[in-house]
Amino acid sequence: MSAELAEPASKIELPAHIGGGGEIPTFNITLRVRRYNPEVSEEPVWEDHQLTMYGTDRVLDALHKIKWEIDGSLSFRRSCAHGVCGSDAMRINGRNRLACKTLLKDLDTSKPITVEPIKGLPVEKDLIVDMEPFFQSFREVMPFLINKGHEPTKERLQSVEDRERFDDTTKCILCAACTSSCPVFWTDGQYFGPAAIVNAHRFIFDSRDDAGDMRLEILNDKEGVWRCRTTFNCSEACPRGIQVTQAIAEVKQAILARKI
Amino acid sequence: MSTDIQTPRSGKIGSGKIAPQYRRGTGSKGNFEMFAWLFMRLSGVVLVVLIFGHLFVNLMVGEGIHGIDFGFVAGKWADPFWQFWDLAMLWLAMLHGTNGVRTIINDYAEKDATRLWLKVVLYAATVVIVVLGTLVIFTFNPCPVVNGVQLPGGFCPAP
Ligand code: HEM
Ligand code: SF4
Ligand code: FES
Repeated sequence: MSAELAEPASKIELPAHIGGGGEIPTFNITLRVRRYNPEVSEEPVWEDHQLTMYGTDRVLDALHKIKWEIDGSLSFRRSCAHGVCGSDAMRINGRNRLACKTLLKDLDTSKPITVEPIKGLPVEKDLIVDMEPFFQSFREVMPFLINKGHEPTKERLQSVEDRERFDDTTKCILCAACTSSCPVFWTDGQYFGPAAIVNAHRFIFDSRDDAGDMRLEILNDKEGVWRCRTTFNCSEACPRGIQVTQAIAEVKQAILARKI
Repeated sequence: MSTDIQTPRSGKIGSGKIAPQYRRGTGSKGNFEMFAWLFMRLSGVVLVVLIFGHLFVNLMVGEGIHGIDFGFVAGKWADPFWQFWDLAMLWLAMLHGTNGVRTIINDYAEKDATRLWLKVVLYAATVVIVVLGTLVIFTFNPCPVVNGVQLPGGFCPAP
């Protein structure tokens, strides 16, 4: 095989006037990260980093810069880096968002940008929390199709209207931004939480599913939908733009309609 | 050749182990929380009418706020309509307020014992106020006669 490889396209320098665009602007930021290492201290501490970042960079890129160039011990979760996997929900400037979907230029760069783990779940290290209580609630609502009829020989068809009914709640990526923004969940961690209800909604209102009543019964629990106080934090936090509070209200109504 | 990939955290992944403070008690049966939720909304709607009607009649109609005195209250409670109005307002506001505070206690009490005692105090206060209020509305007598003597009160007819 020839050792000569074609020059990668990205190496070709285009002068700005040909259409490659101008230079990407850079700016300086202070990233204030909440660090926690139980092997060193039980107390979390704030740690500041001065970074020079590009206009196209996201909070995730700033965290990468710290981890790859300054302090490799910084711990956080990320997988896809493109808003699909739901690994990197964190509290950025006091609001839950995905680090990979938050452009630095959209934040106030004149002040330190704070980055903390999401609230209400036990912190394990730095920005990593124990997600197990979150996923336990998710599992409890049985987030899978349950159909009592005969197994069809072909695809289960559904009308466009029937599919539309639960379209919004199919978008969830289980990032936990909603549940960990909910003040009711913060109080004692017993509440099922918005994400579990969103994923129950996805099947309760699916015309192909037969276990809606079981899920409504599960969410009629004293830690279920009735703990929701309509604060809308979840709807604001959701990186997929799901109308979480509305989904919860629809589940409440479905329970009421069944009981009364 | 097999490679052992260590779980990154304390063996919790997939083991189904939940930090104990997050474990939910086995599902509570019954629809109490549903009815409590419904009651807050229904009583809220009725309370809007009762409270603003109450404020309007007491503070705006006639002489307004300057007309309120012992006699004004006595006059209202001589009328079964206002007796019923005030009774409904008392019961609904007390049950609504009590259930609201119950919710807040559930949220903020960290220990089960604290939660229990706060609720005991709350329910005791509710019972005392509701019973006392109901008694007052129905047994109120603005012109009591004690041992044949009329107690002071300029507006009472001579016995
Ligand atoms: C003016 C008419 C009223 C309306 C429409 C109303 C409506 C409501 C509703 C819908 C809730 C439930 C909130 C939720 O679950 O998210 C609530 C909660 C509450 N209400 Fe009322 N209410 C009224 C009057 C009152 C009165 C007179 C009291 C006091 C006696 C009171 C005390 C409370 C308390 C303590 C809560 C709990 C607050 C919380 O859940 O954080 N309300 N109210
Ligand atoms: S509903 Fe939105 S915020 Fe909540 S887990 Fe799903 S994607 Fe994340
Ligand atoms: S890293 Fe996958 S959603 Fe952000």
